[in-house]
Amino acid sequence: MNFFVENLPYILAGISVGGQYALIAIGYTMVYGILRLINFAHGDMFMVAGLVMVYLAASLPVYIAIPIVIVFTVVLGCTIEVVAYRPLRSAPRMSIMISAIGVSYLLQNTALYVTGGLTQTYPTIPWLAKTVTVFGAHTKMVTLITPVLTIALVIALVILIKYTKIGMAMRAVSRDFETSQLMGIDINRVITVTFIIGSFLAAIGSILYFSNYTGVMPTSGSMPGLKAFVAAVFGGIGSIPGAVIGAFIIGICENIIKGMELTVFSNAFTFVLLIIILMVKPTGLFGEKNIDKV
Amino acid sequence: MSKENVLRVSDITMQFGGVVAVDDLSLEVNKGEIIGLIGPNGAGKTTAFNVITGVYAPTNGAVELNGEIIVENCPQGKMKTLYKGKNNGKYKDVKVLTPDKITKLGVARTFQNIRLFKGMSVFENVLVAMHMNLESGVFGAAFRSGKAKAEETAMREEAMRLLKMFGLEKNKDDLATSLPYGKQRHLEIARALATKPKLLLLDEPAAGMNPQESAELMHLVEKIRDEFDLSVLMIEHHMQVVMGICERIYVLDYGALIAQGNPEEIQNNPRVIEAYLGVDE
Amino acid sequence: MTELTKRNKSILSVIVCAVFLAAVYIGDMLVPPTSGMRMLFTVLEKGSVYALVAVSMNLLNGFTGLFSLGQAGFMLIGAYIYAIFSIPTAMRDSVYQYFEGGLIKFSVTENLGNALGTVMGDFGVMLGEHIGMIFLMLCAGILTAGVAALIGLPVLRLKSDYLAIATLGFAEILRAFFQWKAAGPITNSSNLLRSYTTYETPLFPVIAAGLCIAFIVLLINSSYGRAFKAIRDDEIAAEAMGVNLFKHKQMSFIISSFFAGLGGALLAMFQSSVASTPFTSNMTYEILLIVVIGGIGSVTGSIIGAYLFVACSEWWLRGLDSGAFLGISAGFMRPGFRKVVFAVIIMCIVLFYSRGIMGNKEFSWEGLVGFFKRIFSGKKKTSEKNHKTNTDKEKEAR
Repeated sequence: MNFFVENLPYILAGISVGGQYALIAIGYTMVYGILRLINFAHGDMFMVAGLVMVYLAASLPVYIAIPIVIVFTVVLGCTIEVVAYRPLRSAPRMSIMISAIGVSYLLQNTALYVTGGLTQTYPTIPWLAKTVTVFGAHTKMVTLITPVLTIALVIALVILIKYTKIGMAMRAVSRDFETSQLMGIDINRVITVTFIIGSFLAAIGSILYFSNYTGVMPTSGSMPGLKAFVAAVFGGIGSIPGAVIGAFIIGICENIIKGMELTVFSNAFTFVLLIIILMVKPTGLFGEKNIDKV
Repeated sequence: MSKENVLRVSDITMQFGGVVAVDDLSLEVNKGEIIGLIGPNGAGKTTAFNVITGVYAPTNGAVELNGEIIVENCPQGKMKTLYKGKNNGKYKDVKVLTPDKITKLGVARTFQNIRLFKGMSVFENVLVAMHMNLESGVFGAAFRSGKAKAEETAMREEAMRLLKMFGLEKNKDDLATSLPYGKQRHLEIARALATKPKLLLLDEPAAGMNPQESAELMHLVEKIRDEFDLSVLMIEHHMQVVMGICERIYVLDYGALIAQGNPEEIQNNPRVIEAYLGVDE
Repeated sequence: MTELTKRNKSILSVIVCAVFLAAVYIGDMLVPPTSGMRMLFTVLEKGSVYALVAVSMNLLNGFTGLFSLGQAGFMLIGAYIYAIFSIPTAMRDSVYQYFEGGLIKFSVTENLGNALGTVMGDFGVMLGEHIGMIFLMLCAGILTAGVAALIGLPVLRLKSDYLAIATLGFAEILRAFFQWKAAGPITNSSNLLRSYTTYETPLFPVIAAGLCIAFIVLLINSSYGRAFKAIRDDEIAAEAMGVNLFKHKQMSFIISSFFAGLGGALLAMFQSSVASTPFTSNMTYEILLIVVIGGIGSVTGSIIGAYLFVACSEWWLRGLDSGAFLGISAGFMRPGFRKVVFAVIIMCIVLFYSRGIMGNKEFSWEGLVGFFKRIFSGKKKTSEKNHKTNTDKEKEAR
């Protein structure tokens, strides 16, 4: 109990960051499930969403800026898919991964150019930045909203995947790319929808994440991106609930480590966790085993 | 009567989750024999090969090579409850050598869906198969020590000899995948022989060949057996090839052995006819 | 001169190499420090370092088919090992000002220099320092290789994309370690390491990188290199042909890391100060992109790619940042624009020209002759010639 009370602020922050990671992780896990591609650019898209918000909020009220940010991110996600991934669909997997790395490099350098390398202050969104007190710990409203919103969005997503036609198509494509193509599923449409969902969630995650951290830098996206990917692997890549649980675990652990004054290792910890899970259970918590055909 | 045994597969069961791909298979190959393994598509023939060569660990059963156990396993973990085969508890040890170790012990194979090294020349494809017997270390090889040079020369000569035997010497420097289909199959066999096997596993060597080519292949397989003093276990769909050169034949259907015997017995076996009815090519 | 014998070709290669090195040496003496042409030497030095690191990455990614993204982490180890042990004792108090002069109280290069200096005078000092530098570079490589061996144990059992993430992760862990306060007395935490011994002539990195690349080429052309390529082309078939997957992957990983560490040491010398901050995944990405530009699976390509990359980013495209490029000047050309243009070019290469400059081919004299015949006119940029000559060392090695 003592541990809990002492670490309450960190645990709260962890749950909040975990929720934000979860929103990014879903994008990774869904794209990986379908294309078998680690979308290295996903984290940078998250950063771009943050920057766009900064620039928009400078001249527009927040309630107009937010929808524009979301739409922009979705369009960006789909554009990346069409321009950088679609032409390489039949290429070796290494090429498409390199393309993803190239996009990430491009987005970061563009952001560097636009911002001039300076940290941009994230606008304060009034109802997210409000301070509240939970069990004697002071925290921002966003800390409480994040997990609730995350879980609501995930439930909506799971329902979408389970019960709609496009959801069924997505499941089919992630199970067997070629066969579902033969069954008349429009692969490109499914992939586009996947990127729309992923980008949408990344945009929301970005708003919540940066509300907590106040500053956006061109490199702000890469670490949360990698961590979200680790979360996706941890939960079993391709599994949405897995990604969410993984993200919460990583978020909480990381913040407890920060609480123990080992901040430099909070990033490293994530990767230690990744390596352990890959050693012990390479398919993650909820992943399925794939057998190579010889 | 009592020939020297080369391969003994005992009670092999291979399950993928609840699906039984190979069901309690036992077979034997003796020295100098050419043995056929036949059965309709999906009968589990290639899976059996994969178990013998260590690609898959069987769910239950054992494989012996020259009297030495190279693979043994019993149902474990989740498989304990899922296991549907017989002989549960007969095997206790868990020993699955990796494919490279099994190859080193003298089992070589070809692949049904040709797996040549596509970025390498025909010559290099054969040379790779001799790498495992290299004695020079990595520095010796890189700095071209005297020993490494001698070994390299010997390897090249041996590879050339194999290529000549298969009529591939003119294609020596071509990219392996640029060869016509039939030659690719030949290269696969040449590459397998380069590992100096005692047992050669051929997975549908005559697939896609016309009757004349298949007939040539038959002679080639016999020639290989005699010249390299080895035993052959082959999966094949071309009945004339199988009936022509195999001394004994095992028939698989739905993973289980349904018949074994010499070609004549197999041809007249009612269960085999039934299994093949309508599926025969 | 239609048919070149093997002997003639090696003689030609040796001559071209010697002429090139002599040209660098003389050029270095003649070009004054203020001249704009100094840039050529900067590119040559940094390009050589990047060439070595890119080739070492190519050994893994292009020749063994292991998609590893740990290069920056390994370079970091090498750079630090070199820097830590060659800071002169007198400078340690100011370098390690937050850690009371640090834990290590000696400098390999300085001590060796002094030791030989007492025997042979000034020449001895120089000789001692150079022996120390080479010794430390090898140590940097060996220690990096040792770390890689440990990392490889768990990581190399992973499949392609998991391997990529896990190596990226390890690089990040390494960086965190070097920034750790508790390790400060040795690593100086996140503060700069500086004042250590560096080379004086651009020949040093060129020759060092050239020798290392020559070794990698020899390795690739040996039986082990064939085994690596077999693993790249088809793991299952390679294993069925008796190639021990783990052993060979580990070997490739360790050797690649050795040279990455050595390259890190060279980079530390080039920069003359080193901090852990720039060794991020972005640095790995840059090296990977060099490999891609040059052609995955081509050593020559990686070398050309490295020089082009460095020349573009340090020299040719500089104008894009300062507002004047090829006579065009515009307001949007401000700092950072160069990198955007650069990233766009790279994306175009990845998408439309994925084989890179060399594909998987290597430099050969015949190829060069053919190339000249094809373009017919002899117009070629001088700098490009330099790249070619550099690759001759490989040829000579064969």
